[in-house]
Amino acid sequence: MAATHRTRQLLRYLPVLPAVLLLLVFLAGPVLWAFHSSLTNAGLTGRYARNPEWVGLENYQRLLQDPVFPLSLALTVLFVAGSAIVGQNVLGLALAVLMRRARPVVSATVGTAVVAAWVLPEIVAAFAAYAFFSRDGTLNQLLGQFGAAETDWLYTVPMAAVILANIWRGTAFSMLVYRAALNGVPAELTEAAHMDGAGPWQRLAFITLPVIRGSIATNLMLVTLQTLAVFTLIWVMTAGGPANGSTTLPVLAYQEAFKFGDIGYGTAVASVLILIGAAFGAAYLRLLRERNP
Amino acid sequence: MLRRASKTVSLLAAAVLVLAACTPGNPAEGNKTIKVAYQKTDSFTALDTMFQDAKKEFEAANQGVTVELQPIQGNDDDYGTKLALALRSPSTAPDVFYEDTFKVRSDVDAGYLLNLDSRLAGWGEWDTFDDAAKEAGKADDGGTYAVPLGTDTRAIWYNRKVFEAAGVALPWRPSTWQDILDTARKIKAASPDVIPFNMYAGKGTGEGTVMQGFYELLYGTGAGLYDPDSKKWVVGSAGFKDSLTFLKTLYSENLAVAPAEALDPNVWKKVFGEWFPKAKLGATVEGSYAPSFWQDGGSYAWPGYEQEMGVAPFPTQNGGAPGAVSMSGGWTLAVGAETKQPDLAFNFLTTALNAKNSLAFTVASSQIAVRSDVAADPAYQSANPFVKDVSGLVAVTKFRPATSDYPRISAAVQEATEAVITGSRTPEQAAADYDTAVAGIVGGDKTIRK
Repeated sequence: MAATHRTRQLLRYLPVLPAVLLLLVFLAGPVLWAFHSSLTNAGLTGRYARNPEWVGLENYQRLLQDPVFPLSLALTVLFVAGSAIVGQNVLGLALAVLMRRARPVVSATVGTAVVAAWVLPEIVAAFAAYAFFSRDGTLNQLLGQFGAAETDWLYTVPMAAVILANIWRGTAFSMLVYRAALNGVPAELTEAAHMDGAGPWQRLAFITLPVIRGSIATNLMLVTLQTLAVFTLIWVMTAGGPANGSTTLPVLAYQEAFKFGDIGYGTAVASVLILIGAAFGAAYLRLLRERNP
Repeated sequence: MLRRASKTVSLLAAAVLVLAACTPGNPAEGNKTIKVAYQKTDSFTALDTMFQDAKKEFEAANQGVTVELQPIQGNDDDYGTKLALALRSPSTAPDVFYEDTFKVRSDVDAGYLLNLDSRLAGWGEWDTFDDAAKEAGKADDGGTYAVPLGTDTRAIWYNRKVFEAAGVALPWRPSTWQDILDTARKIKAASPDVIPFNMYAGKGTGEGTVMQGFYELLYGTGAGLYDPDSKKWVVGSAGFKDSLTFLKTLYSENLAVAPAEALDPNVWKKVFGEWFPKAKLGATVEGSYAPSFWQDGGSYAWPGYEQEMGVAPFPTQNGGAPGAVSMSGGWTLAVGAETKQPDLAFNFLTTALNAKNSLAFTVASSQIAVRSDVAADPAYQSANPFVKDVSGLVAVTKFRPATSDYPRISAAVQEATEAVITGSRTPEQAAADYDTAVAGIVGGDKTIRK
């Protein structure tokens, strides 16, 4: 009897099994592989391609001396802060709040336009952004109508261009998350505040935002991790240039591993990226736990 | 508790078994398939045509054998990466593949290529291959691992219409760097909206920056990149600084394209497809394959390019011997070290590179012939009016030092040119940065001051 009970209990775990397996194979596997490779001198070609040697922390020491690494780290933080934490997050919230007040037609039109950028495959969105910012692109043509001189946006302000492009591409996600969250705010709560004389800003700051705190933290975590990993967009628009001016960590990792064939060093960069992602993730999780005891 | 854990483990194990059962079996069992990997782009289809023809020919002659063509879409860099990734594992490695000559040595070091010595000895047509070209397929151990498809050289391609408008005497043949600058300034004065003399620079154009630009300068100063005698990389040379200074002059006087445009990886498409045909560009340093873009069926077909374009060797700095500089590369076919059917794979390689297929490919892609029978063929000699000029440059050409460190060194050179044309560093500073970078890449004891 006890055995069948146990079996039944065990069977209850069965539905999660595929997910756990997939996580092990496709997430934990590559992460461990990356950490392992970063401690070797594995190459794409040459003597160490098939028989890499264990070099310990050598790749990490080299990383500390590499002049591009601190720049790349700073650019990654700038990219995540600018395009995810501020850009997508705030713009998504603003759109969600405004859309609740707008007429259904306006709200539907804006919603469709924003989501359109999000459903585009990344490579298509990247080319669209390249076409928009490039020298004979749409932006210059638009500005030309007002007599502005042609500017090479991707050359003079590469980071601003890729940040704007990523905001354009990713805002829909935050907008959808916040729309759902706002729908969950009890109407009587805001109405009561209204009765007590709270203005729209006060209602937003003291009622709405505290109520949707959980969604904010979840959204921040998801967009941060997504943005940390953005590669295609930057690679297509600027390829990390000019003069490493937009080389974020994923671009640097790709260059080292696949352009220079130095897989060991490239995976060391990738491992740092994973650590940053983990740190962000842990911080947001903590935030979530504190707010929802 | 323990029992539960053991049951979980057995469940996991069962799932893994199920997953494993789903993976395809060994393809070598039963049917015979030769996998062939090569590069194909919208503007480079000649190789695809050659392999399609070879596949038909080979399958007709070998019943029961299937040739599986695996064209890889991508530029040279991406193709190299994708191929190297496929070669890393025996289960994904192709049997026959298209291989850049400058990767041969490091890929042999990696154990990716099959030694072809004994098989080549039994192939009657091997004698028709040019000796210099055969060197490209040799590794450090002296064995031959790859068979050349063709080679190339680099020269200055110029638009005669633009030069005539500026009053430059034709045919143009600069004998020093100064001649180039003088002519470029003359063109600038005559037609301000024309780009007088383009030279690739920066990381955007990648290997093109050094092959069609910087090395023509560097090797014309008497300096080099690598000292083969001591097996060390050259740093601190005056030639390196002079070459950067020349680029700086070109770009800062607006004799070349704007730096922002130079850093666009697609700038070469504008050179071939837009600026030359529209007479918006005076001259550029480019490969002997240039006519392949313009000839009938090329990606930028341009009827009449034969009359409008001219070609001149790139001069040495001050006109010193041998008077001109060129760079050569080229591609080969190789057999994978872990192929299950080495004989079939080698036979396919020789089918693909027989006289008929070689001739068709050499003409369609404007390669310089490496087989004597192809070189002697009237169809090759009359393929375009520039065949003789660019083939003659083989006498002064240089090859890259194709060690495993080379890709990184090349990137350091590209970075130096980028720093100079964007004005972020002076030629002296950029050269010093390069020296530091090289020492960091190969180690200080493997550099030599010259």
